[in-house]
Amino acid sequence: MANKNGHLLRVEDLKTYFPVKKGLLQRTVGYVKAVDGVSFEIRKGQTLGLVGESGCGKTTVARSIIRLIPATSGEILFEQTDVLAVDKAELQKLRRQISLIFQDPYGSLNPRLTVGNAIGEPLKTHKGITGSKLTDRTAMLLSRVGLSPEYMNRYPHEFSGGQRQRIGVARALALEPKLVICDEPVSALDVSIQSQILNLLKDLQEEFGLTYLFIAHDLAVVKFICDIVAVMYMGKIVERASAEELYRNPLHPYTRALFSAIPQIEHSQRSHRTTLAGEVPSALNPPAGCPFHSRCPVAGDNCLKQMPALKEKNGKKEHLVACWKC
Amino acid sequence: MDNNETLLSVKDLSTYFFTEKNVIKAVQNVSFSMEKGRTFALVGESGCGKSVTALSIMRLVSEPQGKIVSGEIIFQGNNLLTLSEKRMRKVRGNEIAMIFQEPMTSLNPVYTVGNQIAEAITLHQKKGISEAWADAVEMLKKVGISDPQQRAREYPHQMSGGMQQRVMIAMAISCQPGLLIADEPTTALDVTLQAQILDLLDELQKQTGMSILLITHDLGIVAQRAEDVAVMYASRIVEVADTQRLFKEPLHPYTQGLLKSLLRLGFEGKRLHTISGNVPDPLHFPTGCKFHPRCQTGCNDKKCQSAEPKLREVQPGRSVACWYAKGYPQ
Repeated sequence: MANKNGHLLRVEDLKTYFPVKKGLLQRTVGYVKAVDGVSFEIRKGQTLGLVGESGCGKTTVARSIIRLIPATSGEILFEQTDVLAVDKAELQKLRRQISLIFQDPYGSLNPRLTVGNAIGEPLKTHKGITGSKLTDRTAMLLSRVGLSPEYMNRYPHEFSGGQRQRIGVARALALEPKLVICDEPVSALDVSIQSQILNLLKDLQEEFGLTYLFIAHDLAVVKFICDIVAVMYMGKIVERASAEELYRNPLHPYTRALFSAIPQIEHSQRSHRTTLAGEVPSALNPPAGCPFHSRCPVAGDNCLKQMPALKEKNGKKEHLVACWKC
Repeated sequence: MDNNETLLSVKDLSTYFFTEKNVIKAVQNVSFSMEKGRTFALVGESGCGKSVTALSIMRLVSEPQGKIVSGEIIFQGNNLLTLSEKRMRKVRGNEIAMIFQEPMTSLNPVYTVGNQIAEAITLHQKKGISEAWADAVEMLKKVGISDPQQRAREYPHQMSGGMQQRVMIAMAISCQPGLLIADEPTTALDVTLQAQILDLLDELQKQTGMSILLITHDLGIVAQRAEDVAVMYASRIVEVADTQRLFKEPLHPYTQGLLKSLLRLGFEGKRLHTISGNVPDPLHFPTGCKFHPRCQTGCNDKKCQSAEPKLREVQPGRSVACWYAKGYPQ
C-alpha cells in the first residue's frame, strides 16, 4: 500500500537542527543545521542512495525518519502515515515496518545476547511469538542470510565481521519490514566480504520486495545497489538523479570531485583528477550562499550570496541539481 | 640516486603472540625487500598481519605477549632485530618514521602540535627548542597547513581529522627519514581528503627521496600510488610483484578473487563476484595452504590441503605462494 503517487516514503523539506548551548545557563546560542531542507521520495521496491562525506547529515536523515531524533520541521509520509505526527502507539506500529541495519557490526549487537535471542527479540516484543514457533522463525531467518541455524545459541564475539553483519541483516528482516534503512552497511567490512553482503542485500530485495534507503559514502557501492542517488553536502541535497545518469553525467562540481576521488584500478595514470582543496567547513559556522563555494573550483559571485535551489537541468526531469554554475 | 639500491629487506620474519593457552601466529615467514625512493604496498584484509609486520620493523610489538620469533630486518645494512634498544631508539622516528590510521588517537591531546613536532626534532637532532620550534613551523607549512605560526600553538582537538593527519605527517618527516611507514594513512578520512593526503605523500617523496611502505586494504590506492606490492593473506605473503603486472595478471587465486570482487565504478552486472567463506581465525588456521577452503580454481587437491606452498620466484621480480600458480616450481 503506497500513497497515491506510488511512493512508499516521501520526505518533504525535512529540517533537523541541533541547538548549541553555551555558558552557565546553557543558553541556546545557535543551531547546527544537520539536515536543512531535504526532500526525496522512494517508490516501493526501489533503492535510494544517500551519499556524502562524514558529517553531511545522511545518518541524521535516517534517524529522523524513524524518529530516533526529533525533526525540527518538515513532513515525512510513510505510506499514508504522517510519521512526525503519530503518537507513541502508532509509532510502535510504524517501527515494525521500518527497520535499520547499522554500520558497525561489532557495536550493534548486544554481546550478552545469543544470536538467536538478538534476532528473536523483535519478534517477541512486536508480535508476541514465543516457544518453538520463535525458534523456527529465527532458524529460517538465519538460513536466509546464509548462516547455519546451529549458530543460534552462539554469542556475537564468536563471529567474524561479515557474519555479524549477516546477523544484523537477519534481525532487520525479522518483522518483515517494508522499508529497510541501511546505514553504511558495508563500510566496516573487508573487500571480499563487502561484495557478499551487497549481493545478499540485492537477493533479499528481490525475494521480499524490499525498499531500501541506502546510506553510504562510497559512490561505487551506491552505483551498484541503488536506483536513485541523492548527493548530500552540509545538510542539503546538491544533486539527485538515477544512478546510471549520475555516473554518466555528474553535474554538480562536488559530485564530480567525489567520483574522481575514488581510487580506481583502471585509471592508474591519475590524469584527469580534480582534487578538492580544503575541508568540509564547520557546521557551526557554515559559509553563506552555497555551502560548497569555499571548495568549489568554479564558484562565482552568485554562489557567495545565495543558495541555489534544487532544480531540473538540461530539461531532464529526473536529474536535479543545486548549482548556479551547472 | 641508484635506483636499484635496497633500503630495507625483511627476511623470514615471524611474529607470534603468546596467550595463556594459545599461540597466535600473526606473521609467518614474511620476506620482501624495498628499494630506495619507491613506494611498496602491503595489502590485505583485516587481521592478515600487515600492521604487525610494520610494528615488527619498528620493533614496537608489545612484549611480553608479542615476540618476533625469527627472521632478519636489514635496514641500510644493519639488522634491526639485533640492535640494542638504545640504538633502536635512534632509528625510530629518525631513520624510520611511522604514521598511523587514526590521527585523533595518535596525537597527545595535552600538548600543542608544535610542541609535539619540536620534541621529535630535539630528540634526534642537536637543536635547541627555539630552533626546533622554527623547524616545526616549517614542517607544518610543508604539509600544507595554512597559517602555520598560529596553528603550531593549537592543540589537536582544535583541528579537523585531515589536519591532524597532516600534523602526523609533519612529525614523521621532521627528521628526514629514509623510510616512512604509512599504516592505513587515509582509512579514517573522507574520500576527498584521502586524495589530498596521498597527493601530499607523493609530493614529499619526490622532494626527499624517501621510501614509503604503504599499508592498506584498498586495491584502488595500491594501483594508483605504489610501484611494488605484496599481498598478504592469513599472516603470510602470497604474492609479490610490481603493481602493473599484479593487476594485469594476478597469479595467486586469492589475488585473482580480490580483484574480481572489487567493486568498480564502471561495473554493469547484476551480481558481484565473491570469494566464498570467511578469513580464517588465526587460532584455527586450516592445514596446508591457508587459502584452500576458499579457493575456487578447481585444482584444490590433497597437496593444497596438506602442504603449505612457500613464496617462490616464478618470474624475475615476481613471487607467488601457490602450488598451481603459473610457473610455480613443482
